[in-house]
Amino acid sequence: MGLFDYFKPSEKKSASVARERLQIILAHERAERNRPSYLPKLQKEILAVVRKYVEVDQEDVEINLDRRDDCEILALSVTLPEKEEPKAQRA
Amino acid sequence: MAKVIVITSGKGGVGKTTTSASFSVGLAQQGHRTAVIDFDVGLRNLDLVMGCERRVVFDFVNIIHGEAQLHQALIRDKRNPNLYVLPASQTRDKNALSMEGVERVLEELQDEFDYVVCDSPAGIEHGAVMAMYFADEAIVVTNPEVSSVRDSDRILGILASKSRRAELKLEPVREHLLLTRYNPRRVENGEMLGVEDVKEILAIPLLGVIPESQAVLQASNTGVPVILDEKSDAGHAYEDAVNRFLGEDLPHRFLEVQKKRFLGRLFGG
Repeated sequence: MGLFDYFKPSEKKSASVARERLQIILAHERAERNRPSYLPKLQKEILAVVRKYVEVDQEDVEINLDRRDDCEILALSVTLPEKEEPKAQRA
Repeated sequence: MAKVIVITSGKGGVGKTTTSASFSVGLAQQGHRTAVIDFDVGLRNLDLVMGCERRVVFDFVNIIHGEAQLHQALIRDKRNPNLYVLPASQTRDKNALSMEGVERVLEELQDEFDYVVCDSPAGIEHGAVMAMYFADEAIVVTNPEVSSVRDSDRILGILASKSRRAELKLEPVREHLLLTRYNPRRVENGEMLGVEDVKEILAIPLLGVIPESQAVLQASNTGVPVILDEKSDAGHAYEDAVNRFLGEDLPHRFLEVQKKRFLGRLFGG
């Protein structure tokens, strides 16, 4: 080991990499677990309807189901493209 | 009425059977009448770890099918009169454990015992689900390693949604984290998830930390649960975990690297 190795930023320890990876994947999996099974299909169909009018990607449609006490809130958000161009003009 | 405890993990090889054996011996040592059931149909092993493999006559599936009486199948532990083992069947029929059958056997055991410990098979298939379904308490055995932690989280999800307590909207299953194969030296070097990391990620109360120990293999080699090995850290850690489970407030031991004293180092003690 050379003298200059002392000044290199030390490499991240593998345990902290493990912790970060687990935190991310588990947050994702827990959210998935609590969703009702029809949500992915609902998202797909809503996307198809939206696409009839606006060009959006799968990621631009977000569906969330929140539970507050005994009421459930289904929130749908569609991020529209910045410039709204009618499809016909683009062709 | 006895409490039903499931020893579960999702991932295989993390120490469920070792824990089931030591935990039930510990409960029996504290004077509680305890039955421990092997739910791993087709891959019976608790009998070996408990050292009663040559005394198996009838098994769990025989009882469910009405081919024998419960008292004929229960093997009384040679070392402790409070402890009985119900071995798994070696049948290859994975669905041999019917929900009604398991419920009936557990009910019968609950009348006679204080604790019924269910040693779950690995995975999330039928046998594992049956072992979890009737539980009042769950001991989630986890190694400080990514796949084990992830699988434990998955198991916690199943306990919260698919157990009998969840389905009947009763008080939820009480969850306990048991961290096994813990190596303080590797944690100190940043090569292994620490107890605080795992606690934070899984967010359930910590029941105990069992240090990685050669005594565990020696215990299963000889069929004497490691909790009976008075010289081993792992044995003491299991003893602490049992006493914490029973309500004692004990500090966690074996979390730091043991500094060997000069003479100890000299003689390899």
